[in-house]
Amino acid sequence: MRITVNGEQKTFRKDLTIALLISKYRLKKESVAVELNHKIIKKADYEKSILRDNDRVEIVHFVGGG
Amino acid sequence: MENRLYGLFDILVKLYGGKMKVNKQDTGILEIAGKKFSSRLWVGTGKYKTLSVMKEAHEASGTDLITVAIRRVNLNPKKGEETLFDYIDRKKYFILPNTAACYSAEEAVRTAHLGAEAGLSKWIKLEVIGDEKTLYPDVIGLLEATKRLVKDGFTVLPYTNDDVVTAKRLEDAGAAAVMPLAAPIGSGQGVMNPLNIRLIKEALKVPVIVDAGVGTASDAAIAMELGADGVLLNTAIALAKDPILMAGAMKLAVTAGRMSFLSGRMEKKNYASASSPKDGISK
Repeated sequence: MRITVNGEQKTFRKDLTIALLISKYRLKKESVAVELNHKIIKKADYEKSILRDNDRVEIVHFVGGG
Repeated sequence: MENRLYGLFDILVKLYGGKMKVNKQDTGILEIAGKKFSSRLWVGTGKYKTLSVMKEAHEASGTDLITVAIRRVNLNPKKGEETLFDYIDRKKYFILPNTAACYSAEEAVRTAHLGAEAGLSKWIKLEVIGDEKTLYPDVIGLLEATKRLVKDGFTVLPYTNDDVVTAKRLEDAGAAAVMPLAAPIGSGQGVMNPLNIRLIKEALKVPVIVDAGVGTASDAAIAMELGADGVLLNTAIALAKDPILMAGAMKLAVTAGRMSFLSGRMEKKNYASASSPKDGISK
């Protein structure tokens, strides 16, 4: 299935959750925020959030700023 | 060098200890939305040459609040690439995310919610930018975003113009503190309109933090002498040739400016007034 992650087209096998996606990119869930199709997903729901074809995922974190 | 300066400051404090106590009681604790801050200087995390310089500058500044931005994670990091939080002790510093680069109330509200989810705190430095060249705020969007985020339970600290009417409106909308600019972000021009900062401070009940445009230590001292409750800056430290030394200078300047404000300065006069007695001159 094809998913857009941070604007990049990616291909994954099915049965992918947000929790698995985060670990694929070696990210810690404590330090990120995730939007699925423009809706923020709570950290507690990463395990049960199953991704589907054509989903759009945004993963953000804190960077340097003023 | 900076350690020597702190040493000198500590000695002065001890020498005058009996008569003039330089402690938190004398300069007043900065309290915003029930949270107490020991430092009236807040600093950013952008534009540093290296993250280890940033870390040392944070320590030298004595701050307990640092600002961060919210951006997409890099999906293809280089091996061993370090992240910001490898250099920030989250137990030591309160993290204030911003909504920099948001050009509408909608974008700013969305970014604030993302920041809350990433950081698990509902404090936001709210920016709604209206113009790319000056980075001046879009105060109409800012007011709207403030109202919405207050309703959503956020502690909102809006970055705004040095305009007393807007500042008042933001306070009325529920802003926990109001943060007028000294000058355009990153310009290092210092307090361009001292009168406006003073008027804002006089008109508001919530704390006033001068945010953006400070270039050097005297600028920070001036902001504090005008009565500001705190100063938030980034570029003045990050782009100084020695950021760690400048961070120490800013710490002293903010403290000095605060003490100067509280002490009540002398009146300005047009002509000289001798400090030494006129009489008793030996002839």
